[in-house]
Amino acid sequence: MRAYVPSYELISTVSLSEVLDVLAQNLGVWKPFAGGTDLMVLLEAGKLTHKNYVNIWNLKELRGIEVADNYVTLGALTTYTEVQEHPVLRDEFPMLCQAAGETGGIAIQNRGTLGGNVVNASPAADSPPALLAYDAELELISQTGERRIPYANFHRGYKQMDIRPDELLRAIRLPRMPKPLTHYYHKVGTRKAQAISKVCFAAVGQVTDNRISHIRIALGSVAPIPIRCQQTEAVLLNQTVNDQTIGNAAGSLAAEIAPIDDIRSTRDYRLQVSLNLLQDFLRNLDS
Amino acid sequence: MERLLDVLREQLRLTGTKEGCGEGECGACTVLIDGRIVNSCLVPVAQVEGCEIKTIEGIAISETQLHAVQQAFIECGGAQCGICTPGMVIAAVDLLEKNPNPTEAEIRNGLAGNLCRCTGYMKIFESVVRACEG
Repeated sequence: MRAYVPSYELISTVSLSEVLDVLAQNLGVWKPFAGGTDLMVLLEAGKLTHKNYVNIWNLKELRGIEVADNYVTLGALTTYTEVQEHPVLRDEFPMLCQAAGETGGIAIQNRGTLGGNVVNASPAADSPPALLAYDAELELISQTGERRIPYANFHRGYKQMDIRPDELLRAIRLPRMPKPLTHYYHKVGTRKAQAISKVCFAAVGQVTDNRISHIRIALGSVAPIPIRCQQTEAVLLNQTVNDQTIGNAAGSLAAEIAPIDDIRSTRDYRLQVSLNLLQDFLRNLDS
Repeated sequence: MERLLDVLREQLRLTGTKEGCGEGECGACTVLIDGRIVNSCLVPVAQVEGCEIKTIEGIAISETQLHAVQQAFIECGGAQCGICTPGMVIAAVDLLEKNPNPTEAEIRNGLAGNLCRCTGYMKIFESVVRACEG
């Protein structure tokens, strides 16, 4: 049932410093509110337990995509549409653009933000596996300063994150990778659009002199968090792609992920599809 | 935290914008904010201060001339019960403004966020094709 709307508060500010003041002075009382594509769904369902929000949608400091020699930095309020429209992202980070294009329909993509997708911390979100495979870093800002952390260390458990109540996710940094990589992104859902993933698989790799010289594998919807599979990567690094290597990697991946039965799919289906996608990725990498 | 959808329908009496699912799945409440389509059920009205909002009431060319997409929906039977129609029309208008000659796949993608429970998808699809031809 729909929530009683007057019991909620959404305050507006004019600047980043003002938002950081609000977050710091009343620790845990106010939470940031960006594009609303997750929070408003909970509100309508009567499941939005937190009541007080500070609007950050208007903050210029959290917008824009900057391209430097070694990094592309995306403001946390970058929308899925802006991700898809950016020429450098399309060229160098195609999995992120594909993820953005497969998140909801266009109306959602115009409003939903990459930063929101990260801090909403859904294990079924579509952009986190791509961000993990691209070695993304997060820039967190508070009154006391900024800190930068690897995204792979951010999710600590289901909806548990390395972010303090006084901190705001300011930007997401992607290291540019000049080497020619195979990018492999596959979302498996009930239908082609507007579906939440049953399994989401993102991987990049490179084969040099017949051996795997670079590899990143990350999945969504198969663990309590978006998961980067570093054990499986270690099994594959410096190996030649053949049936034995694929078998070893499959064994590792099966042990590394923890899919469950829920309303969208089953443990067994998710496990099998994850292994099929791993195999397909490795065959692509080899060819 | 009041929704843009409720302000449009209940305070401004612009009831052309419909509520379907109320959770951003069906697209019945689609409107344009500063030229981009959004689900008005997911937008708090506090976030649209100073923005230009266009609803289905603002799509026709004039009081006597419909938009080509609206005309095509009539000619091709693109509307059945009518609840999804305002959102479908706005999504199609947005698509054609950005891409006047879309491929079949681009039309399908452009309408992917709009659900029709009468399942009249082919008539809707044909309406958009007709609007492109017109």
